[in-house]
Amino acid sequence: MEVQQFYYDNKIVKKFLYASILFGVVGMSVGLLVALMYLFPNITEGIPWLSYGRLRPLHTNAVIFAFVGNAIFAGIYYSLQRLLKTRMYSDVLSNINFWGWQLVIVAAAISLPLGYTSSKEYAELEWPIDIAIAIVWVVFGINMIATILKRRERHLYVAIWFYIATFVTVAVLHIFNSLALPVSAMKSYSVYAGVQDALVQWWYGHNAVAFFLTTPFLGLMYYFVPKAANRPVYSYRLSIIHFWSLIFIYIWAGPHHLLYSSLPDWAQNLGVVFSVMLIAPSWGGMINGLLTLRGVWDKVRTEPVLKFFVVAITGYGMATFEGPMLSLKNVNAIAHFTDWIVAHVHVGALAWNGFLTFGMIYWLVPRMWKTELYSKKLANFHFWIGTLGIVLYAVPLYVAGVVQHQMWKDFNPDGTLKNNFMQTVEAIMPMYWMRAIGGTLFIIGLFVLCYNVIKTIKQGQKVEDELAEAPALARIKSGRLKGEKFHGWLERKPIQLTILATIAILIGGVIQIIPTLVVKSNIPTISTVKPYTPLELEGRDLYIREGCVGCHSQMIRPFRHEVERYRKEESGGYSKSGEYVYDHPFLWGSKRTGPDLMGVGGKYNDNWHFNHMYDPQSTSTGSIMPSYQWLFKNKAMDFSKTEAKMRVMQQLGVPYTDEDIANAQASIKAQGEKIEKSLHNDPEFVKSYEMNKKNTLERGEEFVPMSQREITALIAYLQRLGTDIKVKE
Amino acid sequence: MLKFIKQNMETISGIEIYPVISLLIFFAFFMGLYWWVFTYKKEKIEELSNMPLDENDNNKN
Repeated sequence: MEVQQFYYDNKIVKKFLYASILFGVVGMSVGLLVALMYLFPNITEGIPWLSYGRLRPLHTNAVIFAFVGNAIFAGIYYSLQRLLKTRMYSDVLSNINFWGWQLVIVAAAISLPLGYTSSKEYAELEWPIDIAIAIVWVVFGINMIATILKRRERHLYVAIWFYIATFVTVAVLHIFNSLALPVSAMKSYSVYAGVQDALVQWWYGHNAVAFFLTTPFLGLMYYFVPKAANRPVYSYRLSIIHFWSLIFIYIWAGPHHLLYSSLPDWAQNLGVVFSVMLIAPSWGGMINGLLTLRGVWDKVRTEPVLKFFVVAITGYGMATFEGPMLSLKNVNAIAHFTDWIVAHVHVGALAWNGFLTFGMIYWLVPRMWKTELYSKKLANFHFWIGTLGIVLYAVPLYVAGVVQHQMWKDFNPDGTLKNNFMQTVEAIMPMYWMRAIGGTLFIIGLFVLCYNVIKTIKQGQKVEDELAEAPALARIKSGRLKGEKFHGWLERKPIQLTILATIAILIGGVIQIIPTLVVKSNIPTISTVKPYTPLELEGRDLYIREGCVGCHSQMIRPFRHEVERYRKEESGGYSKSGEYVYDHPFLWGSKRTGPDLMGVGGKYNDNWHFNHMYDPQSTSTGSIMPSYQWLFKNKAMDFSKTEAKMRVMQQLGVPYTDEDIANAQASIKAQGEKIEKSLHNDPEFVKSYEMNKKNTLERGEEFVPMSQREITALIAYLQRLGTDIKVKE
Repeated sequence: MLKFIKQNMETISGIEIYPVISLLIFFAFFMGLYWWVFTYKKEKIEELSNMPLDENDNNKN
């Protein structure tokens, strides 16, 4: 057999590595800033683009798609070439993948702080960026599959199966969850509403964790752990079972994010059953990873790379044990909406994704730059301070979650609630402090990595494409060979393998989502529920722009304490699915840093909201909500797109008549003036408002009446929330 | 816990067959999987699991 010479493309790996480290620093720093905002809510007072609601999605997106995403590409581009004994199919596609991905990240880093968001968690980016993501992702997929097709190794190693499943599933998830009708260049509405939007979103959200944060990293684990330990994976058979059962079961588990919500019960139960089943393949994988180190545990003591891997895999095991537990309805009732969930995702993100990435970086950099690691001591220091950081981050938040839930549901003997919401927040402030300290330690570790990597690179040689040789792959019959088993055949047929993996992931999604979308009886309609008025619709878009959904839920679960706290029985009680039929997108939220808002309509007067939004601490002492002073600016709100927004809603099935749309501006004016009038009930308001008016006019500036400013639209929306099913006298 | 599930399902006609079908699907899926992995020859498995290690890297461990 003729031996061919070729070069592995190391330069593309280098680029992705640099990007991953850079965006790791950025994403985690934003995370630390966000954590500090729990302690000092007005740390960035008056700067809209540095407000909590806009920075939180920036943090999650930067860490998931920029830090972890670039690490995935670096690892895949390195291992794929070597496992297939070939260079990547096309350098051009590799570079489009790299630069396109960075462009998407930059677009996200600009658009999210400016308030352009779809508000769907981990899918916040607006439609033009969504399209760019889809294109870059397909480029990556084409490049990968074309590389597989020109390989010099007959058999596809299991890591590559994980990469293929990642590509296929993320593409499917991203496209279906991002389906939206555009209003303008940077504004769109989800095609799904309410319960359906929630189901599709969490089918996406859960599987983004599964197929962006888990399967590609499992592929990397199956490559880099054997490499670093210099011994084969513990059981290749187990890895095959791991792969197929994981991708088959994972896709069903999404509805466990919606337990006790208005999602039909059958879908909730299906989610629970599959989530519990997931523990088997997840732990199979974890055990396979850890037992790969059998016989080399002495090396773990001296080799920082292996230390990082051990903690990463252990973190995976902890998070995947906790996940099924959290999806049990009785545990979920406690943990949902609390900081327990934040702790849970950070065990996954900091330990599994973070530490596996760090281990990979410490392993790759000396090899690619052909030198030794600058300092093993510093790497060990990073390991210990990072581990301590994870513990200090997670443990206090577990405590916070349980404490807060217990306080939420404490009743006095006379049937009233023991604690108001504020008291439950004050109780967990010490835990928020410890979390910020834990996060700081973790970031210090990352800075140490940066220093160590820079020093290593400086002492190393230039990264060059690496010469390799392998015999060409002889052509064999594409059908099954004599005596060849089906799986043997499948594992050398990438296209067929891809198709089978796609079928495995589609079954669960199809069975859950299609009935909810097409069977009307799943979402009983309520005749009193009407579409939002034009002003309320605009106010809702402000709610979306400011990221209110990051801290406030709009979903009252059917528990006595939630009904008592958020919306009493006579006002409508717990949330009904029919209340959300016009909500494009749904805004149920997933965390209650502040109270639920589904029952807030009519609870307070307009002046309360006015004062609260300007200075939350003035109405709620000790509140950790930031102020939203820019909504009060002497500037008329932009209503130029209202009609276009209503038209899009009309297309999506919201029953606005043409007359409603024609009268939009008049309706906005009337409702705004009504709110301004009601604000005048407060003499304090009248005094400061008149003074403000006088001063503005004296300066020779135009004065915009309160009825035309943004705050009025927001008040209109908040006062509408959850009032449609109130029994009217 | 089962009563919560049954309550929703009782209204669907022919529901009795569903659990049997799902059991069969899962039984077939996992039996297929076990058949897949346990009919492998030991040497082949060895060869496969060594794939990450037998690269002709210039800078091996």
